[in-house]
Amino acid sequence: MSLESLSHQKNENVKKGAVLAAFTANARQYGIVGALIAIIIIFEILTKGLLLQPNTIVQLIQQNAYVIILAVGMVMVIIATHIDLSVGSLVGFIGGVVALLMQDMHVNWLLSIIAGLLIGLLIGVWQGFWVAVVGIPAFITTLGGMLIFRGLATTLIKASIPVNNTSFNAIAANYLPNILGWWGPFDGLTIVVGILAIIAFIWSQFRKRAKAVKVGLTPDPLLATYIKIAIAIVVIGALTFEFASSGNATQGGIPIILVIVGVLVLAYHYILTRSVFGRRVYAIGGNRRSALLSGINTRKIDFILFVHMGFLSAVAAIAMLSRLSSASAATGTSFELDAIAACFVGGTAVTGGIGTVPGVVIGALVMGVINQGLSIMGVDSALIQTFKGLVLLLAVAVDIIPKLRKR
Amino acid sequence: MSNSQLLLQMKNITKTFGPVKALNNVDLEITRGEIHAICGENGAGKSTLMNVLSGVYPYGSYSGAIIYEGKECRFKKIKDSEEQGIVVIQQELALTPYLSIAENIFLGNERQKYGIMDWEETRAAAIKVMQQVGLDEDPDTKIIDLGVGKQQLVEIAKALSKKVKLLVLDEPTAALNDDDSAHLLEIIRYLRDKQGVTSVIISHKLNEVKAIADNVTVIRDGATVGRMTNSKEHPLDLDELIHKMVGRELTNLYPERVPHISDEIFRVENWTVHHPVDHQRVIVDHANLYVRAGEIVGLAGLMGSGRTELAMSIFGCTYGSGISGKVYVRGKEVDTSTVKKAIEAGIAYVTEDRKGYGLNLLRNIRENATLSSLIKFAKYRIMDEAKERIAVEKYRKEFNIKTPNIEEQVSNLSGGNQQKVLLTKWVISNPDILILDEPTRGIDVGAKYEIYEIINQLANEGKAIIVISSELPELIGICDRIYTVSQGVITDDVPKSKFTQEYLMKGMTKEKEKVKKVGGL
Repeated sequence: MSLESLSHQKNENVKKGAVLAAFTANARQYGIVGALIAIIIIFEILTKGLLLQPNTIVQLIQQNAYVIILAVGMVMVIIATHIDLSVGSLVGFIGGVVALLMQDMHVNWLLSIIAGLLIGLLIGVWQGFWVAVVGIPAFITTLGGMLIFRGLATTLIKASIPVNNTSFNAIAANYLPNILGWWGPFDGLTIVVGILAIIAFIWSQFRKRAKAVKVGLTPDPLLATYIKIAIAIVVIGALTFEFASSGNATQGGIPIILVIVGVLVLAYHYILTRSVFGRRVYAIGGNRRSALLSGINTRKIDFILFVHMGFLSAVAAIAMLSRLSSASAATGTSFELDAIAACFVGGTAVTGGIGTVPGVVIGALVMGVINQGLSIMGVDSALIQTFKGLVLLLAVAVDIIPKLRKR
Repeated sequence: MSNSQLLLQMKNITKTFGPVKALNNVDLEITRGEIHAICGENGAGKSTLMNVLSGVYPYGSYSGAIIYEGKECRFKKIKDSEEQGIVVIQQELALTPYLSIAENIFLGNERQKYGIMDWEETRAAAIKVMQQVGLDEDPDTKIIDLGVGKQQLVEIAKALSKKVKLLVLDEPTAALNDDDSAHLLEIIRYLRDKQGVTSVIISHKLNEVKAIADNVTVIRDGATVGRMTNSKEHPLDLDELIHKMVGRELTNLYPERVPHISDEIFRVENWTVHHPVDHQRVIVDHANLYVRAGEIVGLAGLMGSGRTELAMSIFGCTYGSGISGKVYVRGKEVDTSTVKKAIEAGIAYVTEDRKGYGLNLLRNIRENATLSSLIKFAKYRIMDEAKERIAVEKYRKEFNIKTPNIEEQVSNLSGGNQQKVLLTKWVISNPDILILDEPTRGIDVGAKYEIYEIINQLANEGKAIIVISSELPELIGICDRIYTVSQGVITDDVPKSKFTQEYLMKGMTKEKEKVKKVGGL
């Protein structure tokens, strides 16, 4: 081999290394994504193609919306080394109050939703007070909250309160209106949104590169960006296809609940990664003493976190009430555990300081797909729980075992 | 000296931690029935030597021989040495606060039959050893309800219950008041005379050493540098002891410094701090100090002198209780009661404990570097990452932080580079006064030099700098003026012309009652 070709090859290797590095930098994140893809493929085969039917996917989103909404708040709480055990009871209690307002007191459904959100914020203030001001560990405070609000929910709701407001019930069951008509078998709006999403993604990638260049940093190799864009086109394209062909003869497309979940996920991802508040949450979780010595008011951050969690619990409560069209005393039982499990499957560290919103969304989807896949296969729901428990153990073990060897 | 008189002989002990030689061929001889003091600066290797003796560092992890009672011993764990009657009482007491005195005395050595506790025997045996140390308390009293002095006595009672022959006490009086210290020394003497217990005392309080020790071994930089005797006829010469402790050569490891000192910008008056839990105990006692712009001022004190506590209590009251006194920045009194207020007043404190109090090891360089000044890099509370990157990148180059890029997790950096990130964090907050607590602890020589250069440069930019350090040559090498601190009192304000290790060490070991308080100006 000539010298020239040798050096050429070396250059190639350096380039390859850089492309690889752009991906391995977030190895843990990509690991969970890989696991999700593997699980989807396995169940797609086991269910003989039923898993990826458009309406199954819509159902998956509708069924797991509450886990994602709660997990988005829970991940912030866990990053800051706290926990919230009360969210399940809050879903039951707030759902009960909203149902009561609409059914017994005939309050307008939008006003009832606003009232529900306000109650969520207030409960957040209540729990934040005990954790941040008084200094009671979050585990105790929210264990108290779990009992308090489950008790109140049971007293308030008695057996159950059916909700027959069609507008309200549409939140969880219906799709965005078919304003652009049907394009063949597809919902026009979904196609437009899908294309816009792809364009937005490409634009954001190139903007990121331009910004890196502007501040004098070397951006990721162009090839890595292209690979990312290619993957995004495939994934968004496939989802667009699925949603566009979902529903029935009269309606279909993007489920309303997906919009709500999507907005919350994007907003909280932005808060956690880009805002001063997000930085402080990570700082507190990684090293509380150093955060304190850096002038961060750790109690204030703790307080705000619980207010966020209260708000998100209220959103989950409304989503759940709409989905079930009825409030019952037992609604939301063990939801806190679903949310916590989604966090840990999604790569959140038990000891705090580490975790991301996209991570827990994937964690929630992993659990959701397993649930859905096994249900389709007709596995007993009790056994499904056992499977989910094993997956949780496995996910955390995969995270911890390499660290053990390092020591 | 005949061999039968020798209780313990440690020969050629060498112990390394990675590339660092903590002990280098140390020799120690302890005679039966004596009180033997080990003296040396912080980091000289005293505690390491005792950890070798007790088996904390097991046989095989060091080289050299331990000959005890005429036999070579190979202790693998603490239990092995304790079985031979060697008990080491650590500076940080190892008692369980919510258990009783009696339970603590027999912890791990319970009075029991077939796994069932014999409480009567436990209490009776506890009372017996408690009497020997003059501890007049109910054996059922919980440790948390005792003062530190009495806790220390419980530790000794515990040692006695193990049939101790050689008692090692690491800084036993560091946390005690004068009465408790005197009582403790009395007990040690009593044990020697009545029970034949041999004691080894590690102490920074040289007058105490003079009062109690029969012999003294001096350790410096991991090596035995001398042995001195102390008796009525030949009392210990403290000047010689200090000379032995610090008498190393000063090398030219420090950058050239031409100070440009102007007006006073920082002043602390009558600063008094009490212990965070034991509100009676005074940790910092009416401290007065001032620093001028462009000046590097040292704070020289041994462990437990209150130097870090002084700094942290000024910086947002992050240490202590019952804090009183005044802080002035540029002649105006400022409120430093929270960290935020202290930062706003222009003060920065760079902690001595990089990993515990300084950095978030889970995050990258950029996020650590801006943590104390996030608002500066934000618009409507949203971070402007480009602005942030430019600022951190600037310091990465200026401070020569060795890393591929600023997105690297700080846990992957070497100690020296971590220290530079910590410095960056506080330089970015743009303070007028920088308090650097042990800025070169645990980092290699090359990085040390770079840190000194950074300190120099910051002073030349007109900042007032306070450096806290245990290493006297370092303070002498970089400071323009040095305050010595002993037992919470600023004992001297030493100008550059009087910088010698001996002179400084005298100020650092001054006993409280003899201390003449030094004013600010």
